[in-house]
Amino acid sequence: MTSPVRASWHVGRVASRRRETTSAVRLELDVPTWPGNPAGAHLDVRLTAPDGYQATRSYSVASSGPTTRVTLAVDELPSGEVSPYLVHQLADGDELEVHGPLGHYFVWTPTEPDRSPVQLIAGGSGVVPLFAMAVAREREADHADFRLLYSVRTPEDVFFAEELSALSKTVVDVVHTRRSPTGSPRPPGRLTPESFAEFVFPATSTPRIFVCGPTPFVETIAHWLLKLGHDPNRIRTERFGGSG
Amino acid sequence: MTHLDGNALAGLFADTLGIDITAAIGRCGSCHRVIELARAHAFVTAIGAVLRCEHCQGVLAVIVHKPREVLANLSGLAHIVIARL
Repeated sequence: MTSPVRASWHVGRVASRRRETTSAVRLELDVPTWPGNPAGAHLDVRLTAPDGYQATRSYSVASSGPTTRVTLAVDELPSGEVSPYLVHQLADGDELEVHGPLGHYFVWTPTEPDRSPVQLIAGGSGVVPLFAMAVAREREADHADFRLLYSVRTPEDVFFAEELSALSKTVVDVVHTRRSPTGSPRPPGRLTPESFAEFVFPATSTPRIFVCGPTPFVETIAHWLLKLGHDPNRIRTERFGGSG
Repeated sequence: MTHLDGNALAGLFADTLGIDITAAIGRCGSCHRVIELARAHAFVTAIGAVLRCEHCQGVLAVIVHKPREVLANLSGLAHIVIARL
């Protein structure tokens, strides 16, 4: 993509769906009028009930570039209004209203002249927009160094597990907080300020940093980054939470 | 109530006001700092959203969905600069 595009409403059709993790589904949507999107952008999904009641929620787009096939990975919030429908009821061929592409802030585009290292930091399903950035980086022959730090509960909760392990241009570190894979040298446990510093580019390399996850995760990481001396203007965050 | 980032309100602002706030810069009417609206704090509920300054927590914008109209109060923003797309 060379220039940003205006967001508008589109109708997408479910081309395929598959289980992504124990609580999430991967949806491939065919959206004939989709203008493409930068890596990291999001869209709004709008559901309309027979009585006219509408509910709208934001989801990150896992795909990027000039394609009309849009990939979402939706984690279920059991008490939510939208995500349980998307995870359990939406079927192949169903239509969905989507608004996008949204966001020129939490995106990475290969045409940017900045070649400083890029540090991606994900908590749980927050990996989706960062995965899109890593895949976009994969398509470039020569560009910035990428690292992804991914905090997740168990091996079964890892989004895009197969694709992440196939990345050749992003160094991926997965930290399991509740249970590690069999044979893993690292016992399960949350990141600490000390272990965190080992997984991220040092402040002296002036990385651009993208952090996405639940609000408490993002707050903690942002605090640690500042203590490590990173420039707040180089840190971009995307919090989510609550209403699913 | 925890907050999201202004970036999360991209769809709401585009839909109701036709503004892309993820590429917009605004001056807080309370503390007068110039900020990227995508970095402001967004509080979202079923009836709408409130955008607050990340520095002083002053209210920048309120958008409320009513059954037949949208109420928008932008009085907390001294000005907005919006990138042309």
